[in-house]
Amino acid sequence: MTLADIPGLYNYWVVILLMMVGLYIVVSRGNLVKKIVGLVVFQTSVFLLYISMGKIIGGTAPILTGRPEIFSNPLPHVLILTAIVVGISTTALGLALVVRIGDAYGTIEEDEIAKADHEAEFGGPETP
Amino acid sequence: MITPHLPALQIVVPLVAAPLCLLLRRGDLAWGLALVVSWAALAIAIMLLQAVLTGGVISYEFGDWPPPWGIEYRIDAANAFVLLIVSGISAVLLPYARASVASEIEESKHCLFYTAYLLCLTGLLGVAITGDAFNLFVFLEITSLATYVLVAMGAGRDRRALTAAFTYLVMGTIGATFFVIGVGLLYMVTGTLNMNDLAVRIADLGENRTVSVAFAFLVVGLGLKLALFPLHLWLPNAYAYAPSVVTVFIAATSTKVAVYALLRFLFTIFGLEFSVEALTLTYVFLPLAIAGMFAASTVAIFQVDMKRMLAYSSVAQLGYMVLGMSFGNVTGLTATILHLFNHALIKGGLFMALGCVVYRCGSASIDEMRGLGRQMPLTMAAFVIGGLSLIGIPLTVGFISKWYLIQGAIEAGWWPVAILIVATSLLAVLYIGRVIEVAYLQPAPEGRVVTEAPRSMLIPMWVLIVANIYFGIDASLTTSVAGTAARALIGGTP
Repeated sequence: MTLADIPGLYNYWVVILLMMVGLYIVVSRGNLVKKIVGLVVFQTSVFLLYISMGKIIGGTAPILTGRPEIFSNPLPHVLILTAIVVGISTTALGLALVVRIGDAYGTIEEDEIAKADHEAEFGGPETP
Repeated sequence: MITPHLPALQIVVPLVAAPLCLLLRRGDLAWGLALVVSWAALAIAIMLLQAVLTGGVISYEFGDWPPPWGIEYRIDAANAFVLLIVSGISAVLLPYARASVASEIEESKHCLFYTAYLLCLTGLLGVAITGDAFNLFVFLEITSLATYVLVAMGAGRDRRALTAAFTYLVMGTIGATFFVIGVGLLYMVTGTLNMNDLAVRIADLGENRTVSVAFAFLVVGLGLKLALFPLHLWLPNAYAYAPSVVTVFIAATSTKVAVYALLRFLFTIFGLEFSVEALTLTYVFLPLAIAGMFAASTVAIFQVDMKRMLAYSSVAQLGYMVLGMSFGNVTGLTATILHLFNHALIKGGLFMALGCVVYRCGSASIDEMRGLGRQMPLTMAAFVIGGLSLIGIPLTVGFISKWYLIQGAIEAGWWPVAILIVATSLLAVLYIGRVIEVAYLQPAPEGRVVTEAPRSMLIPMWVLIVANIYFGIDASLTTSVAGTAARALIGGTP
C-alpha cells in the first residue's frame, strides 16, 4: 500500500473508526442505554463495510436496460438489508431489557446495579 | 413426494408454528403445539440422518435456485448428527417443560414463552442445516434473540435474569457482528457465500491477508457464541438465572451448535492446509481449552448456586470440545463430535434434575440440597448418575468421550495433554462430590417437607439418564456416526 492509496480507501477508514468508537462505547460506558448506542454504532460500521465493497465507481443501479453498463454489485446491499433488520431487532430487544431493568432496580447504571445485587446477596454494602 | 423436501421442512415447520403459538393465546395449547412440532422435527432429523448415512450428502436448493447463487441446504453426517441432538433434546424436554414452566413463569406469558422457544429451536436447526455462510448468520441471530428473551423470562424468580440477559445480548451481538465482518471479508475476496464454493476459492487464493483477517474475526465471533474461555463471561449468569427449562435447552444445544459452526468453518471452509489455521489450533485453541478446563472447573467447586456450578462446568466441558478440535486429527475431531452428543445428554439430565429441585424447593442453592437424597430419591439418584457421567466413570457416556479425547491427544503426540484431561476429571469429582455429600449425608433443614417431583418431569429426566448409560455401554452407533462426521469434515467433501 502506498500513500496515494489512503484517500481511495476513505470508506474503509470510516468503517474502522466507527467500529472502534462503537466497541469503545460498549466497553467504557456504565449506562446501559449508552451501551446499546455503542452497539448500534458498531453494527452500523459493518453495514458501511458491506455497502462499500459492493460499489463500483461509475457503476449504476443493477437494472436491465439492454444497453451495456457497469453495475454495482447488488448482493451485499441485499445482505445488509437483512443485517439492518437483525440490528433493529437487537436494539429494540436491548432497550426493552433496559426498561425492565430500570423497573426492577430503579437504576440503569451498571455499577449501581452491581451494588444492589451485592447487597441483596450478602446483606451489606460492598467493602472495597 | 414429501421426502425430497425434508431439509426445508426441518426449518419451516417450527418457524411457522412459532407465530401460531402466539395466536393460540392459551399456554396449554401453545405447549401442545410446541410438543407436536418438536416431535415432528425429531422425526425429520432421524429420517435425514438415515438418508445421509445410507445415501451420502444431501443438497437441497432453496426455491430451485442452483448453488452458489441460491441458498443451499447441505447435509452431511456432521450436521445431520447435530440436527438429531438439537431436535432430540427438544423432543425430550417439552413433556418436562409443562410443569416446570407453569411453576416458574406467569400464566399470561406462557404462549410467548413457547413462541420464543420454537424460534430458538428454528434458529438452532437452521445454523446446523444451512450451507450458506450469511444464512448461518441470520439463523444464529434468530437463535440468539430468542434466547435473550427466554433468559429474561427468569425475571419472575430473580431479577438478575434481566441483567444476565442484557450482558448476554451485548456480548452475543458483538460476537455475531464479528462473525458477519468475517463473512463480509471472505465475500470481498471470493465473491461467494456458499460454503463449498468458499472452500474451493479460498484454497485457490493461497496466502491472502484479507482471508487471514476474516479467519480471525470468524474465530473470535464464534468463540464468543460458544463461550470459549476467556470469552465465556456471559454464560454462568445466563444459565443460573434463566428458567430451568431454558437452562436445560440452551446448555444442551445452543453452545453445541456454535461449536458445530466453528468446526464447519475451520475444517470445511478453511481446511487444515490453510496456514494460519494450524498455528491457531496449536497456539490459541490448545492453551485456551486447557486453561478453560482448569479455571472453570476450579471456579465451579466454590459455587453456592448449583445451576451456576453446572454452568461453569459447561465452560470446562466446552474446553474438552475445543481441545478435541485443536488436535487436528480424525480421532480428536471424533471426540469433539461425540462429546457434542454426550455432553447434551449429561448436562440435559443434570439441569433437569436441578429443575426438579427448583420446582419443589424454589431454589437450587447448596443449602437447599441438604438431605434431598432421602426426600427426593429419584431426582437425586438421577443427579448422581449424571454426575458420574460428567466425571467420566466407565459405563457412562462421559467415559466414551474422554477415551476418544485421550486417544486423540496421544495420536497427536501430546501425551502430557492426556494427563491433564484425567486431572480435570478429578476436579469434576470435587464439585459433584460436594453435592452428593450434602444431599445424602446431611440432615434436611428443619421443617422442610418436600416430595418427589411430578412424573411428567421425572420421566423425561430419566430418559436422558438412561441414555447416558445406554450410549455408555453400547457406543457403537454414536461413535460410528461421529467418526463418519469427523472424516466428512476433515477430508473436505466426502
